[in-house]
Amino acid sequence: MGEVMYPVTEPGEGAAGKTGNWRWQKPIIIIDKCVKCGLCWVYCPEPAIYLDKMGYPHVNYEWCKGCGICAHECPSKAIEMVSEYE
Amino acid sequence: MYRPKIVENLGEDEWIYAGHPACHGCGAALGLRHLLKTIGKKSILVVPAGCTSIIAGTMNAATFNIPFIHTAFGAAAAVASGVAEALSKKGMDDINVVVWAGDGGTYDIGLASLSGAAERGHNILFVLDDNEAYMNTGIQRSGGTPRGAWTTTTITGKKEEKKDIMKIVLSHHVPYAATASVAYPLDFNRKVKKALGIKGFKFIHLMAPCPPGWRFETHMTIEIARRAVLSGAWILMEYENGRLRLNPPSSNMLDKRRISLEEYLMMQGRFKHVKRELLEELKRDVELRWSEIKEILEKQGKQ
Repeated sequence: MGEVMYPVTEPGEGAAGKTGNWRWQKPIIIIDKCVKCGLCWVYCPEPAIYLDKMGYPHVNYEWCKGCGICAHECPSKAIEMVSEYE
Repeated sequence: MYRPKIVENLGEDEWIYAGHPACHGCGAALGLRHLLKTIGKKSILVVPAGCTSIIAGTMNAATFNIPFIHTAFGAAAAVASGVAEALSKKGMDDINVVVWAGDGGTYDIGLASLSGAAERGHNILFVLDDNEAYMNTGIQRSGGTPRGAWTTTTITGKKEEKKDIMKIVLSHHVPYAATASVAYPLDFNRKVKKALGIKGFKFIHLMAPCPPGWRFETHMTIEIARRAVLSGAWILMEYENGRLRLNPPSSNMLDKRRISLEEYLMMQGRFKHVKRELLEELKRDVELRWSEIKEILEKQGKQ
């Protein structure tokens, strides 16, 4: 007998596969300019931004789709969108 | 360990996993993330057909870390009523039953079951995620599409006005009904918390811009949601036992301290074709809504 497939699914990351592959532009966080307001974390629809112990944001490029909301909402312009094709 | 205050207030637990199938810059995914943060693990989410059926994941994958029920398009409020009643019979009253329906599942197809559940007063929270058209099937017009907006079935712009769902819900005398926007997550968070503390049928109307459907760049989602509020096209308010209250920043906008409507509309490709005549008409629509609200507030002040 083969493996039985149940119609119950386990939740987990990557329901749509590696969504980082969808990205055509990449957010780069410039830590020197960051004021630790947390808005990039708040407005990330993924969520692909996590905060380290000091409160600085980092991007999880495995899932980040590169929509650019974080760069647009950043009040100190500490996030730059860089093309993936350069 | 340092955390910004807004992060502390919203909570760091995530019940939605990254890598879900929502589009780039999806307003609904952001709204869902904040909704699940607030309702927490002890909740059951009921979702009719729509974008969220896809965001929830396909076979062998699931995005949400809480119990989740897919229902037929028109049945979300009816299924949630059953779940809520079964839970209360079992004495499990501490579990939140939450419906997350799109505008199709609320304005058009789900209206009958919504009305039934509101009239019977089941203990559920109904969140309407309004992206103003049937986005999942390819941007067809819905009852929630505003006048003038382009969709694939209204190529020259919709001729009819957006249905006033808030008035329909309020006519059922529900204990709590509110509007919210994805650009103001703290306000949304507070409203969901308040709604969960009230027994009976609660309704929250959340505006969630949709980049492919509204035809704008993916990074503008929050900017457009914010401009909708600042221009007065979208009003943040709450009705508690029928008593209206405006919430900031809408509460400061009664005497026209707003940005112009063009600044909101002209950023979206779906309003690109709008000429001056129609624009004046749309502005009149907004003014009319505000004068209605002013009237209600004045009437309340006299009581």
